[in-house]
Amino acid sequence: METVSNRAGTPSTATLSLRALHKSFGTFPVLNGIDLHVQRSEMVFVLGPSGSGKSTMLRCCNRLEEPDSGAIWVEGDLLTGPGVDLNKMRQRIGMVFQSFNLYPHLTALGNVTLALRRVLKMPRAEAEAEAMAALKSVGLSDRARHTPAQLSGGQQQRVAIARALALKPTVMLFDEPTSALDPELVGDVLDVMREVKEQGMTMLVVSHEMQFAREAADRVVFMDGGSIIEQGPPDRFFAAPEQERTRAFLSRMRG
Amino acid sequence: MDVFLDQFLNPEVLAKYAPLILKGAGVTVVLSLLVVLAGICLGALLACLRAYRINLVSFLIVIYADVFRALPPLVLILLVFFGLPNIGIVLSSFTVLFIVLTLVLAAFAEEIVWAGITSIPNGQWEAARSTGLGFTQALAYVVLPQAVRMVIPPLTNRAIAITKMTALGMVIGVPDILGQATTAQSFSANASPLTLAAVAYVVLFLPFVIASRWLEARFARPGS
Ligand SMILES: Nc1ncnc2c1ncn2[C@@H]1O[C@H](COP(=O)(O)OP(=O)(O)OP(=O)(O)O)[C@@H](O)[C@H]1O
Ligand SMILES: [Mg+2]
Repeated sequence: METVSNRAGTPSTATLSLRALHKSFGTFPVLNGIDLHVQRSEMVFVLGPSGSGKSTMLRCCNRLEEPDSGAIWVEGDLLTGPGVDLNKMRQRIGMVFQSFNLYPHLTALGNVTLALRRVLKMPRAEAEAEAMAALKSVGLSDRARHTPAQLSGGQQQRVAIARALALKPTVMLFDEPTSALDPELVGDVLDVMREVKEQGMTMLVVSHEMQFAREAADRVVFMDGGSIIEQGPPDRFFAAPEQERTRAFLSRMRG
Repeated sequence: MDVFLDQFLNPEVLAKYAPLILKGAGVTVVLSLLVVLAGICLGALLACLRAYRINLVSFLIVIYADVFRALPPLVLILLVFFGLPNIGIVLSSFTVLFIVLTLVLAAFAEEIVWAGITSIPNGQWEAARSTGLGFTQALAYVVLPQAVRMVIPPLTNRAIAITKMTALGMVIGVPDILGQATTAQSFSANASPLTLAAVAYVVLFLPFVIASRWLEARFARPGS
């Protein structure tokens, strides 16, 4: 009966729903009641000054960070709360990190197959076929046997995206995926992300790539001090921000 | 010069006791292999247990590791060998030496492997867990393989150090290289068996010392 009551609490048909999310580190509040609903195949872009809680919010979405209160649903299934099979839920939530976090002792192929084999229990041949398809989708079929140390930063991040995509998640979380990259390598990763979106993936992206947000995002969310200050479609958001804090942030970003 | 040769390289004595020393070498090799295998496995296992951060378990492991690293192994050997019979447990000198050296090596190995585990960046755990791997799976497939690579050089050095301690078995009558050599030395009133023992130790352990040099170079650079 528990699932029924969980479903009854679902606020919408959104693919990813956050409601009244609170989180403090010690006595320091980092998230002050976040409400956010990401629809199927929507790309939501999160902007905000350093320390505003963007990473913390994203990390709550697969419970790498444990929210103090509030609820998160993935396709109507409750992620927060006791008795949730976290490992099972996490298969549906892909995450891409700023620092790639590839496994340095494995090849690109090994990085992608690990969860396929150990979590989804695929036989080796099937896992490798799936992994090769994922690597192909990020344009790295020819780098499958390379170790992370033999790849450029941009290639490493694309392998990391393939590693998450291979599990065929419902939603993908990106935490500043291009911030650690040399400028000339950023474009390749953004191209892959654009492709992922065109395949219909639901995406929640924290990034400072304003131009990319303008072109690719369906919605832009501005966070400050642990709250969502303003959100809207990118044209309106960038051309006519309503809140003073948003305007101040955008003019600072434009230099 | 002749006195020296007669005392340390007496051909008759060397010929007479060489077979005994060889037998002793067999005991030393078997004991060393058993201790290294058991000690490293036990130490690694304890380090993994500690990774679960269950307070009481971690506390007990730390106490064990600290006590066994602090005590001189000879004290432990004598304590176990002469103490246990008083409570009705009689073990052979070989068994006592095996148990004590294994526990000492495990204590050091636990600390070394634990240091390796904690040196793996948190991002590795997070990446693994975010793809649905459980804690034990992340430890086994992501963290431990990286940690082991890093700790192979210090672990090898520690293993070599502990195998040399098999010579302590002499004081409780283990018939290893040194045990046989000291017996032979007192029978023959000549130091040549000890020379033979020294040669036997060098022949046995030099390859490992050289191998550890190679391992150190091989694993010194990350990503290699
Ligand atoms: N594990 C932690 N323990 C204590 N404080 C933390 C922890 N993680 C984050 N914080 C604090 O929480 C606040 C929000 O951090 P968060 O990383 O979510 O910000 P952010 O918006 O992602 O910033 P940035 O743009 O710099 O990445 C910061 O003040 C940070 O210092
Ligand atoms: Mg951040």
